[in-house]
Amino acid sequence: MTTHYLVLSALLFAIGGVGVLVRRNAIVVFMCVELMLNACNLAFVTFARQNGNLDGQVIAFFVMIVAAAEVVIGLAIIVTIFRTRRSASVDDASLLKH
Amino acid sequence: MNGTIQAPTIEYALLAPMLVVFGAAIVGVLVEAFAPRYLRSAIHLPLTLLSLAGAFALTVWQALKGVPTKPAAMGAVAVDGPALFIWGTILVLAFVSVMLINDEGHFVAAAAAVPGSAEEEQALYSGAAHTEIYPLVLFAVGGMLLFPASNDLLVAFVALEVMSLPLYLLCGLARRRRLLSQEAAVKYFLLGAFSSAFFLYGTALLYGYAGSIDLARINAALGTVGGQDTLLYLGAGMLGVGLLFKIGAAPFQAWKPDVYQGSPTPITALMASGTLVAAFGALLRVFWVGLGGLDWDWSPVLWGVAILTMVVGAVLAITQTDIKRMLAYSSIAHGGFLLVGVVATGTAAQNTSALSGILFYLVAYGVTTVGAFAVVTMVRDAGGEAWHLSRWAGLGKRSPLLAAVFAFFLLAFAGIPLTSGFFGKYAVFQAAVSGGATPLVIVGVVASAVAAFFYVRIIVLMFFSDPAADGPSVVLPSRGTAAVVGFAALATVVLGVYPEPVLHLAHSAAQSLFVR
Repeated sequence: MTTHYLVLSALLFAIGGVGVLVRRNAIVVFMCVELMLNACNLAFVTFARQNGNLDGQVIAFFVMIVAAAEVVIGLAIIVTIFRTRRSASVDDASLLKH
Repeated sequence: MNGTIQAPTIEYALLAPMLVVFGAAIVGVLVEAFAPRYLRSAIHLPLTLLSLAGAFALTVWQALKGVPTKPAAMGAVAVDGPALFIWGTILVLAFVSVMLINDEGHFVAAAAAVPGSAEEEQALYSGAAHTEIYPLVLFAVGGMLLFPASNDLLVAFVALEVMSLPLYLLCGLARRRRLLSQEAAVKYFLLGAFSSAFFLYGTALLYGYAGSIDLARINAALGTVGGQDTLLYLGAGMLGVGLLFKIGAAPFQAWKPDVYQGSPTPITALMASGTLVAAFGALLRVFWVGLGGLDWDWSPVLWGVAILTMVVGAVLAITQTDIKRMLAYSSIAHGGFLLVGVVATGTAAQNTSALSGILFYLVAYGVTTVGAFAVVTMVRDAGGEAWHLSRWAGLGKRSPLLAAVFAFFLLAFAGIPLTSGFFGKYAVFQAAVSGGATPLVIVGVVASAVAAFFYVRIIVLMFFSDPAADGPSVVLPSRGTAAVVGFAALATVVLGVYPEPVLHLAHSAAQSLFVR
C-alpha cells in the first residue's frame, strides 16, 4: 500500500506551498520550501518501491545535498538582509516596485 | 541483488567544455583560499577568461569533429547539435559579461558589513573587494552549460540549482543601492527555490508514471503506460512551472523586473542573456524529447502562456520609469516571442526550422542585451548608475555616440530591419506560420508594435528633449566595457546585414535535432 505515502507526500507539499504563500517571515518561508523538497523525497522513495527500481532512492540523496547547499546560500542571504533591516519579514522588503 | 557493479562509461572528451569551466571554478575557489589578497584578482581574471575561451574552442572542435548521435555519460547528458550551439552562445555571452563584471566599482567591498556602517566605510577605504565573484560566475556558467544538455530530469534539477545558487548570491552584491540589491537577492532566492521545488515534484510524479527519469524513456512510456494520467498531467504541469519560471514567462514573471533592477548591472547582463538561453534550451529538450508524444496536450497551454507573456511584457513595459525595469519587461516580451517558436511544432521538417529560428533569436537577443546593459553601466549620477528614465533625457545631445549606440540596440529589440532582431523575429514567426500558429504570430506582431512604441519613446527622449542641468554624466568607459559595447554593436549590425553564416550554423545545428 504505497498510496498512503503518496497522499502524505502530497499533503506535505501542499502545506509547504501554502506556507510559502501566506507566511511573512523569510526564514519560515524558506523552511516551507524545504518541506516541499522533503515531500519530493518521500514521493521519490515511494515511487522507487512501487516501480521496483532504486533510482528514486538515489535521487533522494541528490535532493538532500542540493537542499543542504540551498540552505547555505539562503541563510547567508536572509541573515544579510536581517542585519541591514533588523527584520526578516518579506513584507517589509518592498523597495523594488515601480 | 549480488551482481557486480559495472563502472559507468563517461565520454570525457564530449563533456570537456563543461569540465573546463567547472575545473576553473574549483581552481578559483582554491585561489581564494591560498593566494594572498593583492594577487587574487590578477589571477582570477585571466583564469576565468581563458577557461571560457578554452571551453568555447573545445565546443567548436567538438562541432567540427561531428555531432554524436547518442547521449553521453550513460544517457545523462546529451551533447547534440542544439546543445553545442547553445554552449557556444552561452560561452560567448559569459565571456563578454565577465569583461563587464571585471570593471571597477560594481560590487560591494564587504558584503557582510551593514550598509552605511563604519565597517563598510573602512572596507571601502582599504580597497577590499570580493574576488569570489569570479568562481561564482564560473559555477553559474557551468550550470548554464549543463542545464540545456541534461538528458534526464535529475541532472536537469542539479544543473538548475548549480546555475541558480551562485546567481542568488551575486544578485545581492551591488556596491551602491545595497538595500535594493539585498532585497532582489531575497526575492530571487525565495521565488527561485519555490519554483525549483515544483520542478522537483514534477520530476517525482513523472518518475512515478514512467518508472524512469530518463527523458527518452518517459517519452516511450507515454504510449505504453495507461491509467496513470493524473500523475502524468500533474507532473508535466509542475515541470512546466519550474521551467517557465526560469524563462520569466507570465504568470511567473513577477521576479524578473525586481531582480533585474536590484542586481549589479553586469550580473543582470549575465542573467538576462545566459540564463535565458540555458532555460530555453532545457525547456525545448524537456518538452520535445521527454514529452514530445504529449504535444497535443501541452501546446494549447503554451499557446496561452506565450500570448499572456507577450502581452504582459509589452504592455507593462510602457508604464515603467526605470531603465532596468523597462529592459526586464522587454526581456519578458522577448521570452514570449521565443515561446511562439517553441509552440510551432509539427512535422520533423518544421521542427528543424522552428528550432533554428529559436537558436538564431537567442544569439541575436543575448548579444544585444549584454550591449544594452553595458551602456546602462556607463550613464552615472552622483549616487551610481542613473536608472530613472527622466535622467536619460537629452543624452543624445551630450554624448551622441553612446546615445546612438543605445538607440541602435533598442531598434534591434524592436526588430527593425537591418538589425539582428529583425531576422530573429522573422525566423521564429515564419516557422510559427508554417507550423499553423498564425493567430499567435498575429498577437506577436501586435505585441512587437506595442513594444516598438516604448523603445522609440526612449529614443525620442534621448534625442529630442533638453538635457537637465544636473543631468547624469557618461563615464569614460574602461577598455573592457568599451570592448563589450563595441562587440555587441558590431554583432548586432553584422547579424542584421549579413545573417547567413549564423543562420546557416543554427540550421545545421538544428538539423540533427535532439538526440534521444
